[in-house]
Amino acid sequence: MNGHLIGRDQLGTGVAVVGVAESDLGVTDQPILGLQTQAITRALDDAGLALRDVDGLATTGISRFSATQLADWLGIQPKWTDSTFAGGSAYEMYVARAAQAIRAGQAETVLVSFASNQRSARSRSLGGVVEAHTPEAQFETPYAPLYPLSYYAMAAQRYLHEFGATREHLAEIAVAAREWALLNPKAFRYGAGPLTVEDVLASPMISSPLTTADCCLVTDGGGAVVLTSSERARDLRKTPVEVLGYGERTTNTSMTAVDDLTLTGAVGSSADALARAGLSISDIDVIEVYDSFTITVALTLEALGVCGRGEALDFIQDGRIRPGGQLPLNTNGGGLSYCHPGQYGVLLLVEAVRQLRGECGPRQVAGARTALAHGTGGILSTHATVILGVDR
Amino acid sequence: MKAPSVAPADVVTVGWWDATREHRLTVQRCAECSGVQHPPRSLCIHCGRTDTLRFDTAAGTGVVDSFTVVYRSPVPDADVPYVIARVRLDEGVICLTRLENAEPDAWCIGDRVAVDWVDLDDGRALPVFVPAPR
Repeated sequence: MNGHLIGRDQLGTGVAVVGVAESDLGVTDQPILGLQTQAITRALDDAGLALRDVDGLATTGISRFSATQLADWLGIQPKWTDSTFAGGSAYEMYVARAAQAIRAGQAETVLVSFASNQRSARSRSLGGVVEAHTPEAQFETPYAPLYPLSYYAMAAQRYLHEFGATREHLAEIAVAAREWALLNPKAFRYGAGPLTVEDVLASPMISSPLTTADCCLVTDGGGAVVLTSSERARDLRKTPVEVLGYGERTTNTSMTAVDDLTLTGAVGSSADALARAGLSISDIDVIEVYDSFTITVALTLEALGVCGRGEALDFIQDGRIRPGGQLPLNTNGGGLSYCHPGQYGVLLLVEAVRQLRGECGPRQVAGARTALAHGTGGILSTHATVILGVDR
Repeated sequence: MKAPSVAPADVVTVGWWDATREHRLTVQRCAECSGVQHPPRSLCIHCGRTDTLRFDTAAGTGVVDSFTVVYRSPVPDADVPYVIARVRLDEGVICLTRLENAEPDAWCIGDRVAVDWVDLDDGRALPVFVPAPR
């Protein structure tokens, strides 16, 4: 571990996370903006700030004019907004852009937020949303793939084939997520009891080789993250969590553009983020990655450099990603067992910040000083990594 | 598979779809750099030229890059299970498609396949792939 991790003049972006919160999760019967309001007001309260302090907004998933809509709803006229639409990785991208906007002086306090009521509203479609004017409408939709599931399923099939792994090995990712969720009272599966490898294999097959238990939940939920300059953060309520680095890659919208299904843009995004932070992956104490499907985690761990290509499933069979293991991963229970409101990326940040503040009770990773959050959007389409750290 | 409803061709893709009317599979090739690409675009992703693209008749054969058996379809009246696949054509590009004429569980990555056609109501045809003749 680097002893001078975030010496203020050497590393880091000079921007910190000062407030985080979740909205109500699960089944809420709230409208999207109602959940957004919960997450935002709670995150501002966490920071000791008020809405009048906010001069930057980043959000999506509300409407075509998401940030504009949210600004109107909140009754503010921000100096800076971002509604980059990149699925579940957008929130890690927003942290990067917010850090840049704050450093450039365009905004002082930025709110990053997301919420969805997809479970209450039954708004999730198995085929996804394909606009009629896109190439996919002519060349992919006619075959009726599940979107995004069938793409991840093909990645999983290719991965198992290429590296000689099995569905049993892959199931460990869902089993470990459940173990973490059993320690998190807010997790959708908190009271559900342990999940076994046999349970995963025996769950209904949706798009082979993935069963329902290899797939993330469909729930309501949301979160918000408040960022400001590190200098200002020192005067606020909670321990500032410094943004140490970030990186991103955008690779595809079609199911046919990427040559190798087992190699993702997370390789480049995480390398950039770690380089910016001046850290290596072995310096990271807790990792939160988007677990849309079990295979996503295997591919992402390898892309981050936690282990070599084709090694992830062997690597985790000893329980190292379960609570108490050597590689604390998805410590809230993840999209697989905690909450998955569609674009889960904001909740990766919420959990990473709480771990670094030491607020996680029975699931706390002792002494965590560095965290990595990695969002994935679409069909392994967009990838964004954020490195966070605390000086303590 | 049953003939699905397919979004209309546009000025960029009409040459590709017109070839399907005579059951001819094409790939877009750049006359300048010889790069191939799919789906059709109005520029060459290999060299950036916009005036050098043409549709070349493909061999109609390839190999299964990956596949998935779908048990719960997004289309209400679809017959499940069916097989969605990425087929790497011998020309090098990858197509999304269906694999037909074999039991879903019998497919393997690396299988050789050949094109077959599902005729659409509007005279176009949709390429699917079947086991290649041995």
